[in-house]
This record gives sequence, C-alpha cells and structure tokens, in this order.
Amino acid sequence: MPGQAAELVFDEATKQYSGRSDQAVDHLSLTVPAGEICVLVGPSGGGKTTALRLVNRLIELTSGDIRIDGRSIREQNLVQLRRGIGYVIQQVGLFPHMTIEANIGTVPRLYGRPRSWIRSRSQELLELVGLDPSYAKRYPSQLSGGERQRVGLARAIAANPPLMLMDEPFGAIDPIVRARLQDEFLRLQKEVRKTVVFVTHDIDEAIKLGDRIAILRKGGQLAQYDTPQAILERPADEFVAEFVGRDRALKALALHTLAELDLGPPRDGVQVSRTTTVRDALALLIERHAEMLAVTDGDGRVVGSLTKDELLA
Amino acid sequence: MTFVLAGGPVIPNFGSGSSCEVNNGWFCTEWVRQHWSDTLQPALVQHIELVAIAVSIGFAIALVLTLAGFRYRLLDPPIGVISDFLYTIPSLALFQILVPFTGISLTTVEIALVSYTLLILYRNMIVGLRTVPAEIVDVARGTGFTRAQTFTRVELPLALPAILTGLRVATVSTISIATIAPFVIAKGLGQPIYDALGQGIFKTEIFTAGGMVIALALVADGLLVVLQRALTPWVRA
Repeated sequence: MPGQAAELVFDEATKQYSGRSDQAVDHLSLTVPAGEICVLVGPSGGGKTTALRLVNRLIELTSGDIRIDGRSIREQNLVQLRRGIGYVIQQVGLFPHMTIEANIGTVPRLYGRPRSWIRSRSQELLELVGLDPSYAKRYPSQLSGGERQRVGLARAIAANPPLMLMDEPFGAIDPIVRARLQDEFLRLQKEVRKTVVFVTHDIDEAIKLGDRIAILRKGGQLAQYDTPQAILERPADEFVAEFVGRDRALKALALHTLAELDLGPPRDGVQVSRTTTVRDALALLIERHAEMLAVTDGDGRVVGSLTKDELLA
Repeated sequence: MTFVLAGGPVIPNFGSGSSCEVNNGWFCTEWVRQHWSDTLQPALVQHIELVAIAVSIGFAIALVLTLAGFRYRLLDPPIGVISDFLYTIPSLALFQILVPFTGISLTTVEIALVSYTLLILYRNMIVGLRTVPAEIVDVARGTGFTRAQTFTRVELPLALPAILTGLRVATVSTISIATIAPFVIAKGLGQPIYDALGQGIFKTEIFTAGGMVIALALVADGLLVVLQRALTPWVRA
C-alpha cells in the first residue's frame, strides 16, 4: 500500500467540455509541495471541483498534465491511481449497506488486506478521528452528519494514501460542528502529513486550513496561488481583493496567535490565553471596552501583556 | 351423468358420502380429511412447482434484461414496453396463442406465468439500480473500484431491497395466477377448484382449495420478508 506524502503538480492542466467555448479548467499550473494543504477556492463556475476530479481522473484532462511525485496520471492504471488517492466528498457517500468498519476498510480490502488487519486498523482510525471504537459495527444511517464525515475521513486515509482529495467535506455540516471538524482535521494533518487538495467556496475555511490557497475565477483561470498571509496582504488583483473581502485586514489577524507576538511585562488586563488568535483577542478588547490584555499560559498564569496598539502593530 | 375432466381427481358424488357432502354443506371437514392425500396435497405440491419454476425462470430472464437495460440505456424503453405488453395479454388468450406451438403442456402454462412475472421483476430491478445515489457510485469509482466491483459490491447490494420487493410481488401474484393452469393441464390448486365448479359448485372443495392458495401466498410472502431482512440488515438499522 502507498506511503508518505507526494508532491502534486498541475502542469497547464486544461478541461474543455465538448460543445462549450469556455474552459472548465484553463491551463492551470501549480505545485502542491508534499505534506501541504492546498485549498482551491473561488466562485461557482470557477472549476474547483473539476480541477480536483481531474486528479483522480473522474474527469479526464483535455490537455496538459498532472503529475504525482513526478509520474503523470495519464500513464498510470486508472484503478491503481485511484486506490492511492484518498477521496472525500461533501455528501460523504458512505456505503449504506456496509458497517462503519467495512466502510473504513474499503480500500484496504481492495488491496487484499485480511479481515483482522482491517478490524484493528478501523479501531485505530475511529480513535484518530475522535469516534468511539464501538461505532465499528454500526451502519451509516445510525450516525449524525458530523460523525459520518469523520468516518468518511477515516475511510479516505485507511490505506495511507500519499494524496488526499477533499471536495467541500464540511460544506453540509452546521457551523459549530464544522469549526470543530476543521480543528480536528488540522490536528490530524499534523499527525499524518498528507498532501491535500481541498475544495471550498468559503474563503474563511480556506484561510483557516490552507498552507496555500489557489483562487480560481470563472472560466477556470488561476487568479492567485499563494499563502493565506500573502493573499490577504497582497491580493493580485481586484477580483481576488473582492473575493477575500473588505475585511481582509481583519482576516489576516486570524492567522496569528498571541504566542507569536512580543509580549510586554505581566500587567492587569483582560485575561486571554496565548493560543488565542490576534483577531479574537481584538474582538475581546472591543467587547469589554478595554485597552490591555493579560496573556496567560496553559496553566492560566499571566505571562505577559499587550495593549491594543501593540496587538495591531 | 356428470362431466369429469380427463385425469381429474376424485369428484365427490352427491349420491353417496356423508350427509354434509350430499347436502353440499358450507364446509365438510370429513371430505377434506378423506381427500387430503389423494387430491389436495398433490395439488398443493404441483402448485408450488408451477410457481417455483415460473418465478425462477422469470427472475433469471429479468436479471439478464436488467443487466442489458442498465448497461445500455437505449435498451430500457423497448424492454419495458415488451414486458408491459406481455403483462396485458389476458391469460386465456395467451393460452390460445401458445397451444398451437407448445401444445397442451406444462411449457405452455409456464410461458404464460413467466411472462407475467417479467414486468414486475424487471421494473423493480432497474429502478433499484437506477436509484442508487450518484454520490455513492462516485465514491466507489473515485476510490478505485473497477466497474464490475462497483456493480457487484455497491450497486447490486443497494438495489437488493427493491429487487426482493419485486420478487415478493411476483411470487404472490404468480401463486394467484397459476390457478388458471387447469385450462391447459390438470395441475395445481386450480384443478380442485375447477372440478368443484363442474360438480354443481361443491362448496367445501372450492373453499379448501381457494383457502390453500391464499395461505400459500401468505406463507411465501412471509418467507421472502424473512429473506429480505436477512439479506438487507442495514435497511432497518
């Protein structure tokens, strides 16, 4: 079975549907370094999902190429290629007639892994995605939407694929559960270090999850491909600036936590943990009509302070 | 002199037997006891055979038609129309058409019975396969199932509830329709009913044989429900 993260390269990747003049994906070129999360974001009609499905050849390229660790997807056996790529979609698509364990074991079973291996692997993965191992014998209809998407994630990484494709995986989940799943996905990614292509239409989700963000405009053209920080600070053009929103300066504040700033000496103020984002800390100051933050460590001890001006410096 | 069908079972004689039989009472248990082994039980076994053969062959044909209609969408409308058409032919008329070719034989009866199962079985199978959610097929393909694996491991199992429902309806309706077999051959539970009608409507025999048809249908349906639950545990999970 596959192993470590792979580098993914889009090389002038183009998809044109017959009978249409405009391209769905137009000469897309970008490189996703091994182990990074690349978020494809943009308005509908931007070809995000098409670009994603080009990778596992659910949609075939019209021209250009896509390479995984230097190997063109065109040269690979279709079935082998897909088994080496984790695939998660918004509707989850768990197999309703299979238990959770059998769902998680889908790809390992295709690889001919024995039942006992699949059983222990699914136990391990259920724990990894934060579900009780007793879920193994249940059917998908007995789970909530959030739980199903966790299983979908476990299924996608079960065979340890070097590359994951995720098509709006948290799009149909309520905001509170979605935020929790995003956090857990980031924690999980720290552990498993996959190369991930993640499609969303939500710029906030893109900023939160992406190591890099690719913004696509209508007609499947790449408007900008950069780190969240760079996109928020230096949008390439009017379209990107508008897409990320007028509050992009505020959004940029969410990229940093207080721990990354130079703290003043401990002083009295509104107590806040240093793992808080600058954006949330600012919101707290505004809410409390205060000027000073007392920054605490994991044990609740005040370790430093920040004024509102220092926070925004 | 009463009219007796060739090869027909023993017909009660209004002149002899118990007073219940003589007076053609509503239900003569004595007659049922006397004629269970020589009339009713053989008819029941023959009836089950008629239905089992028809449903098995019908299922096999419908499965092949479904595979064709599912794989090649263009074939679906003609298959649908033909099975619709077969279903609408009155059985007695169909016998008339078939006898010159297949004679006074079991084959004639089975052709008729099979053709009535096709519509129900085909429709349920194809709808069952078509209604498998697209995203589930998408995930199956996207995770590296071959086309054959997608069909046998995902589409077919998910169509199973609909397929088995079709099997239930086809079985129950064939149990009922098979009572017309005696118009061609002296087999099945239709025969005692037919005989009793010929005998100035002998009530006991009609009620008993008719009741057995109903009971057989209920039992067969029950067994298929048990099978359905065993094969599709996820449906009620």
